[in-house]
Amino acid sequence: MIRASAPRKWFIGFNYAFLTLVSLTMLFPFLNVLAGSFSSGTALLRGEVDLLPVGFNLDNYRAVMTDPAIWRSFGVTVYVTSIGTALSLIFTSLMAYALTREELRGKRWIMMLIVFTMIFQIPLIPNFLLIKGLGLLNTLWSIILPTLISSYNLIIMIAFFRNLEEGVIEAAKIDGSSEYGIWWRIVLPVSIPSLSTIGLFYAVSLWNGYYNAIMFIQDSKLYPLQVKVRQLLTGSDADELMRTAGTALQSMEGIRMATIIFTTLPILLIYPLIQKHFVKGSMLGAVKG
Amino acid sequence: MAELTDIQLTRSSPPAEARPIADEKKRHHLVKNWQIYSMVAPGIVFFLLFKVFPMLGIVIAFQNYNYYEGILHSPFVGFAHFKELFEYPEFARIFKNTMIISFYQLIFEFPTPILLALLLNEVGHSFLKRTFQTLMYLPHFLSWVIVGGLTISLLSPSTGFVNEVLGWFGREPISFMQESSYFRSIIITSGVWKEVGWGTIVFLAALAGINPEMYESAQVDGAGKLRQLVSITLPSLLPTIMVVLLLKIGSMMDLGFEHIYMLLNPLVYDTGEVLDTFIYRLGLLGGQLSYTTAIGLFKSVIGLVLVVGANQLSKRTTGNSIY
Repeated sequence: MIRASAPRKWFIGFNYAFLTLVSLTMLFPFLNVLAGSFSSGTALLRGEVDLLPVGFNLDNYRAVMTDPAIWRSFGVTVYVTSIGTALSLIFTSLMAYALTREELRGKRWIMMLIVFTMIFQIPLIPNFLLIKGLGLLNTLWSIILPTLISSYNLIIMIAFFRNLEEGVIEAAKIDGSSEYGIWWRIVLPVSIPSLSTIGLFYAVSLWNGYYNAIMFIQDSKLYPLQVKVRQLLTGSDADELMRTAGTALQSMEGIRMATIIFTTLPILLIYPLIQKHFVKGSMLGAVKG
Repeated sequence: MAELTDIQLTRSSPPAEARPIADEKKRHHLVKNWQIYSMVAPGIVFFLLFKVFPMLGIVIAFQNYNYYEGILHSPFVGFAHFKELFEYPEFARIFKNTMIISFYQLIFEFPTPILLALLLNEVGHSFLKRTFQTLMYLPHFLSWVIVGGLTISLLSPSTGFVNEVLGWFGREPISFMQESSYFRSIIITSGVWKEVGWGTIVFLAALAGINPEMYESAQVDGAGKLRQLVSITLPSLLPTIMVVLLLKIGSMMDLGFEHIYMLLNPLVYDTGEVLDTFIYRLGLLGGQLSYTTAIGLFKSVIGLVLVVGANQLSKRTTGNSIY
């Protein structure tokens, strides 16, 4: 190690301090809201809550968790995310696999079609009329189908499949395997790391998104979690919750904070597990652009 | 599917006497490989149905569309909606908001990850570096609803932390979410907060790919850290920087509907209403289908021009392109 000069030492010190500050900024809003969600309404209103709960109580969570509408929305989101991710993975991997096979003609045209759809955006109303025409309005399919195959994920998956050993596929063909057999028994099992990366891309965007839902779903029974939570956070729904389940310790802000924590918890719990996959996938996407 | 492709292929076939043999070969190819074609078929149907077919619907921008008469029979009005659009003062304001916010997003959301990646790259301690990264990637995984909720909570005039800090300095609480002068700054700040860490990944990957021998020989030649940054690091990052910049310019017209709509309220429409939210409110909620399709088409065309233009420019000047 070369001896560091004085300005260099200053820089290193400043750098660590700055990065620590940035990292804490990422965490702070959470900790603040977490503390608030366990605090009493009066403490919140007096502005006493920073990083630790004041007047600790669970009433905010009780109000959120006893609301049947939240649980229904939670169920809708779990359903949409699991079915949507499974279907997206099947159709994306089928298409990506076929696009890496030499036997397929017209690949250039297909790729041009995909790139074109990435750069020209269909305006909202024609999309809406399509969903309406297909009879998908007010069904959960209107959330799943429009994003069934993402061009971006498809391109990443093609890049993954290109790196597969050509010999294995040839050998399987000589053994008389069908193409579907090769896809299912050979290509998918060896691609599990990349499939889980792409699967997580799809799952997180289905779990987090609310665009399709507010465009195509009016029936409040079919609202996914994000739409329901959006109403709670911006509208008067929190008022209502407070009136029905309210106690003296609560405030609207407190209930909102508990809602935020409740909704984020599943993501926070799986975050350590998925982070590595995500970084890998997004780097590959960057290389292949 | 096989038959359909067959017909199309036949149409572009060479002279009459050669045709039967060529047909025979093509049919043989398709029959032999029908499974592969059946694998791409659902994907092609998806792209055609959801990404190409609705383009026909754009025609309603030139009609007075109504549900009863449908696309085929609604009265044709030519460019009337576009004329109305440019004469409507409200539209000019919304267009201006869109351009200003997207310009700010470009200025702040594009360079910050590069700077952060350069700083992270200087961290020698690998455990600390990983900890920094883990914390900085986290907000990317939160939905815009949650990020918006955190923002509203932090800025709340009665219970928010920001106003608490203002109170320490004897300042009156500010209703940030209800004042239009703060809206754009709130959008930019929350956007940078969510995506800056995640944005470093591509640059860190590019930095890791730089050959360390270059730095070693630069050191031997007596080049300081700053000189190394200018002469080695930045030139090596340039292709990545260009691609990211191109993608950003290409998506300039998409400010993030989910982000803005979450924080928008009637009190801040004058600075915060953008094309996407306007189209949603007036078109889907207000039923002005043809007029808002005209706005949408206007937006798509600008978006297309931006992508193609930026790509051509970059191809000529730096040789980098995204397609």
